[in-house]
Amino acid sequence: MTQHSSAAAAAAVGAVGAVGVGDPVLQTVGVTKSFGGVHALKGVDFELRAGEIHTLVGENGAGKSTLIKVLTGVYTPDGGEVRYAGETVHFRRPADAQHVGISTIYQEVNLVPLLSVARNIFLGREPRRFGLIDVRAMNKRARELMAELGIDIDVTAELGRLGLGSQQMVALARAMSVDSRVVIMDEPTSSLETAEVETLFRVARGLRDRGVGLVFVSHRLDELWELCDRVTILRDGEWVHTEPMSEMTRLDLVSKMLGRDVEEVRAEGATEFGSSHRQAGEPALVVSGLEVANRLHGVDLTVRPGEVVGLAGLLGSGRSETVKAVYGALKARSGEITVAGRKVRTGSVRGALASGVALLSEDRKAEGIVPDLSVRDNIALAVLPRMSRAGVVSEARIDALVDTFMKRLRIKASSPDQKVRELSGGNQQKVLIARWLATEPTVFLLDEPTRGIDVGAKAEVQGLIDELADQGLAVVLISSEMDELVEGADRIVVLHDGHVQAELDSTDLSSSELLAALAGDRERDSRPASQAPNQAPTQTEGQHA
Amino acid sequence: MSDGTATATVAERSERSGTRFDIDWVRRNGVFVALGLLLLANVFLTDNFVSTGTLRLQLVQVAPVVIVALGMALVIGTEGIDLSVGAVMALAAALIPLYVGYGSVGAIVIGLVAGAVVGLIAGVLVGVVGVQPIVATLGLMVAIRGVANLFGGEIKSIREPGLVSLGTGDVVGVPYVVVIAAVVSLAVWLVVRRSTYGRQLVAVGGNKLAARLAGLPVRRVLVTTYVVSGLLAAMAGILLAARSQASDPTKLGQLMELSAITAVVIGGTPLSGGQVRILGTIAGALLMQLITATLIFHDIPDSTAQIVQAVIVIVAVYVQLGRGKARRS
Repeated sequence: MTQHSSAAAAAAVGAVGAVGVGDPVLQTVGVTKSFGGVHALKGVDFELRAGEIHTLVGENGAGKSTLIKVLTGVYTPDGGEVRYAGETVHFRRPADAQHVGISTIYQEVNLVPLLSVARNIFLGREPRRFGLIDVRAMNKRARELMAELGIDIDVTAELGRLGLGSQQMVALARAMSVDSRVVIMDEPTSSLETAEVETLFRVARGLRDRGVGLVFVSHRLDELWELCDRVTILRDGEWVHTEPMSEMTRLDLVSKMLGRDVEEVRAEGATEFGSSHRQAGEPALVVSGLEVANRLHGVDLTVRPGEVVGLAGLLGSGRSETVKAVYGALKARSGEITVAGRKVRTGSVRGALASGVALLSEDRKAEGIVPDLSVRDNIALAVLPRMSRAGVVSEARIDALVDTFMKRLRIKASSPDQKVRELSGGNQQKVLIARWLATEPTVFLLDEPTRGIDVGAKAEVQGLIDELADQGLAVVLISSEMDELVEGADRIVVLHDGHVQAELDSTDLSSSELLAALAGDRERDSRPASQAPNQAPTQTEGQHA
Repeated sequence: MSDGTATATVAERSERSGTRFDIDWVRRNGVFVALGLLLLANVFLTDNFVSTGTLRLQLVQVAPVVIVALGMALVIGTEGIDLSVGAVMALAAALIPLYVGYGSVGAIVIGLVAGAVVGLIAGVLVGVVGVQPIVATLGLMVAIRGVANLFGGEIKSIREPGLVSLGTGDVVGVPYVVVIAAVVSLAVWLVVRRSTYGRQLVAVGGNKLAARLAGLPVRRVLVTTYVVSGLLAAMAGILLAARSQASDPTKLGQLMELSAITAVVIGGTPLSGGQVRILGTIAGALLMQLITATLIFHDIPDSTAQIVQAVIVIVAVYVQLGRGKARRS
């Protein structure tokens, strides 16, 4: 079977020779793909031309990565077709796509770290002599290739000893050496230094000029205008828009990515959030100058008791990193965090918990539930020492605690002893909220609290957030859903590229303002002074109080 | 691999998930059923099986395995493994004749402390340094066996009356060794059920990242667990030496890590951590003991017994994996 498809692949490569610059080299027509009832792709049309750099954009769940996996043979589409050089192809596994000339470069390089650069470039196709690898010829060809790409790397060096950026250059060189017609780069720049990014772009442009079609995915918006020729926007598994990059404004791109106008959302009342509940008083949480290597570049944040502060930002803007660093789960390089006026030790989860900070993390499965433990044990997990005397757990106290929270949050389980993995996503989320409320926090950080839960549970969680704020809890709410932020938060702090781009009052918010801030628009200066980032007004407010 | 087989596997797997409940039941209770059936079969098929002498011998032989297996169950509950237990037994036993001058109690304490220290090293390697449990304890297994040989040298006999009576004496007909194993079982059961540490242990084994984010002292839990395992292994080693009235550092406790892991696994504790089954582990140890004994009663050679044991382990692990796969898909 393998033999067979390789032969077919080889034939396909032969046929491709005819594709000229500007002709479509890789296309999808009405491609659909679902995973157990979830429609990840709903009939997506996409066209990559030879000699262009095409970017795919979309927020989480837009279908970007699913589409890439269909293009590279990782997934087989449920419906629709993939065309390569005008002919319908059926990739059954990644090797099939590679055989016809589609190379993929991931964020994590999938080469062999212990082999030399040259070996990696020619892996599986090493020049041979008397049945053995002809090392001299191989190194020579590798050197020529590197020179051609303008990359200065010792080809005999062990790959694993090079920086990540250099490793990606090697991956690109490999893509070139196999005469790829298509190179797909999935977030190649997210862990690169600026200089490395420049080299990568230079090489990518070189490939484009030779007629290779490149797909480029990055959550750094600036890079798209710098590098790409055309853009295709996906949203909720559907194709939304394709346009030359030069005709697209940042605002346009972001609003098409997010899909809805903020005005529209406000009018709808799509969430369970009530009116605003701002309270004056000493700030419950003050974060200043928070820095995390490569992620956050000085984030300031102030939350008062009874206030819900929304944290907005596109993928990679540093939203989750901010709350994780506040919670001590991510090592902060510098910065100061105070809770209720007391300084919190950074980089320590237990220190943060003891100071009254709780974090409901974004990834419920990996970072939240302990699947094989009961609902009861999951709720009591963070307060076990408090429920114990002399190292012995008091069952009665846990029962009382669990009972209170199961009633209060209306957790639906057959009994407190049911394993938490048997619960629905919404109820699992409520179990986790109960776990954190049991710690009696003063600051509650919620990272996408309603993602992946059903509509009913979503409304309940939103109602609960309101209730908690009314009771005086300081809440930080991260959400990718604009309506949730605009309706749920009293104030929205917009992050862009690891810093605070703007701070907006959600009662008096215009769509263009929010979108501009999300897009990291640097033309803010042209707007009236009152709309400039308002860190300053916030500080004055704080001083008044 | 052709795609035909790949799709077939997926289909099979989803079919199997339909019977998941049954597999789960077998995994949890299979060991008790098997033990019951084997006991029953022996009552009818083996001459003189139902005699105090026979039962007593079985229990005396299984007691050290139970003690080691309980420690192993805790370690496996944290998603770890401890291969050093056999060597720790030998080390503790080797120290006994050397320090018997301090009296039996003194010698025993020294042996136990040595076990705890080895456990501490394993725990620090795993919990603090971050070495994989199998690697850390494999290294210790070899190193500690060497240390035991170094200290112990050749076989030494143990004549100290206190130790001899610990190994061979009894209370109202029940050998001390069995009493100690029962007390340890009860203690470990209570720790797992009722203590803060026990609750934290299963959470650490069930989802380490979530446990860390919930502020649990993950390192302390891991270190404690390996210390307990080392301590229990040392205890078993001392009891074994006391019973045989000799300590042989090259032989004592050999392959004990395998017996202990076997008992835990066929007792229904998943190797993926997050659960500790005390009763299952005890039943698992009893089952393996009884299988060996049954084959010996009927004059079937030892080598056959080993093969039978191997088959049982493979079946037990298969049952667990079947469930694991079903859960993932």
